Amino acid sequence: MTSARLDPVVEFQSVSKSFDGKRAVDDVSFSIQPGEFFSLLGPSGCGKTTTLRLLAGFEPADPGTGEIRINGRRVNEERPWERGVGMVFQNYALFPHLSVERNVAFGLEQRRVPRAEIPDRVHRALDLVRLDPREFGRRAPSQLSGGQRQRVALARALVLEPRLLLLDEPLGALDLKLRKEMQLELKSLNRALGITFVYVTHDQEEALTMSDRIAVMDRGRIAQLGTPADVYENPRTAFVASFIGESNFFSGRSEALGDRRWRITSAHGVFEVVAEPGVRVAAGAEVGIAVRPEWMDVYPLDQTPPEENAVPGTVQEIIYLGETLHVLVALDAGGTAKVAVRNEGQLIKPIPWTRGARAAVAWLPEDCQVLEPSE
Amino acid sequence: MSLFLHAPLVTLIVFSFNDSRFSASWTGFTLEWYRRMLERNDILEGLGRSLLVGAIATVVATTFGTLLALALARHRFRGRRVVESLLYLPLVTPEIIIGISLLSLFVFLGVPLGLGTITVAHVAFCVAFVTVVVGARLRGMGRQLEEAAMMLGADEWAAFWKVTVPQLMPGIVSGALLAFTLSFDDYVITSFVSGSGSSTLPLVVYGMVRRSIEPSINAISTVIVVATSGLLLLADRAGRSAGLRS
Repeated sequence: MTSARLDPVVEFQSVSKSFDGKRAVDDVSFSIQPGEFFSLLGPSGCGKTTTLRLLAGFEPADPGTGEIRINGRRVNEERPWERGVGMVFQNYALFPHLSVERNVAFGLEQRRVPRAEIPDRVHRALDLVRLDPREFGRRAPSQLSGGQRQRVALARALVLEPRLLLLDEPLGALDLKLRKEMQLELKSLNRALGITFVYVTHDQEEALTMSDRIAVMDRGRIAQLGTPADVYENPRTAFVASFIGESNFFSGRSEALGDRRWRITSAHGVFEVVAEPGVRVAAGAEVGIAVRPEWMDVYPLDQTPPEENAVPGTVQEIIYLGETLHVLVALDAGGTAKVAVRNEGQLIKPIPWTRGARAAVAWLPEDCQVLEPSE
Repeated sequence: MSLFLHAPLVTLIVFSFNDSRFSASWTGFTLEWYRRMLERNDILEGLGRSLLVGAIATVVATTFGTLLALALARHRFRGRRVVESLLYLPLVTPEIIIGISLLSLFVFLGVPLGLGTITVAHVAFCVAFVTVVVGARLRGMGRQLEEAAMMLGADEWAAFWKVTVPQLMPGIVSGALLAFTLSFDDYVITSFVSGSGSSTLPLVVYGMVRRSIEPSINAISTVIVVATSGLLLLADRAGRSAGLRS
């Protein structure tokens, strides 16, 4: 059984999908482990939904391009109903002519589950998503709120006990508070049931909150694949660095210092940076770096920052956000840097500068990302 | 406005109960004309033919119209646009022209005129109406419900019957009722393609009027008006219902 556990539930091997000659999914490969919460994250048009639809079987992969496997079985030629996969849609897709119970029972009826078992399984599925079967069972979908509808949609998919559940922006239509609540609930269902989740979203915070691993997609390709900490803390490309969280970007000519350390000569000055293992940097080439706002500090100009890398500028704006302050600094060499400062109580310990003050933004060589060029 | 639109109908209905052969003034209430109407074989036979033609034309036109609407909405085939614009042609062509053209077609093909040609003619002009009504509903539907059904183990056929058809039902019913009404009421086209002994109710009524105006015509007309408005009302309600029947 140990070896079976290691077999991936989903495998994409060089899969492509074109619409009218344009590649929506371009030579994508990845594999998903059993029980994993796997997110496909990216802006609209990046290919994440097409990837999910390839997996569901709604779109055929381009002939001859690659292989899609579910539980080790090649499914390229299988129709959606043959794949044994559950799916939750963005707009719920509940059958409006059927009651909540009948919606949940639909899949059981299609799969020829004995009549006598159906009511019990429907009730258990509704319990699982925390909808009272007695209160909601006989209602029409139109009599439910958005959150309740999504719970029914979830119960309808879970009642068939699939090993793999596809979710296409399922929380997109809900308001923020409900969305946060459902995020935690989805995550705990994923843990409790051991079902593998493949989750499509354009919301980076949502992906970071729930996922075991995230595939960040850009123009039909996977720009980066890793844990939430990986993609947030070690973004490989400028696209990933700007799509997930915020970043300040600098670029300059590289010079090798050895041991993954590089000197970057930019318009803003000379920086020292440390590249992550595996990041390809060409000596003498133009290289981009990204610095997260919270990894930067800001100092009055007359003070020497303890960090090696410092760029002078003028404080443009101080934005009060409660738990953090954002300080926008207009850099002397052009552009603006955003620095996030922990709020330690403005009334007791105010930051010692104001709008228009001269200041420097500074960071440690380890606290920035050396980026690979995006194609 | 309503007075202008409905005064003639009200007059007609009122005088169908008037106790006088000459329908100029009110003399008293009677059901005599309804009784006489029921005694006249030509009227009953005409009614029978109208119902028969209407039923067949409705079933055939609804089936074809629905299939056509599905084909237009769901498939990209060569000439789809042409079919779509040709579809509106019968809706805007004067009936008399449709009547003449169908007549020349039947004569050209050597088809003997009768109930068969009437039914074919009715199907021809009803299909377009059904397609338009069903198509309007289909356009608002999208494919997501079918996809949801497929992810629950339904193949295309099961998804179509268990999800698409129930969703489409109000449109289909409304199209069918409209088709029946159009068929039942049609005079102009029918008059071109009918043969001897195949007069439908509107043709019988027109024949009676040309010979003599007697109040039983008011009675028949009242029956037709009431039946037609009933059907139209049903069609409207079917068209509006959200699709949930508990």
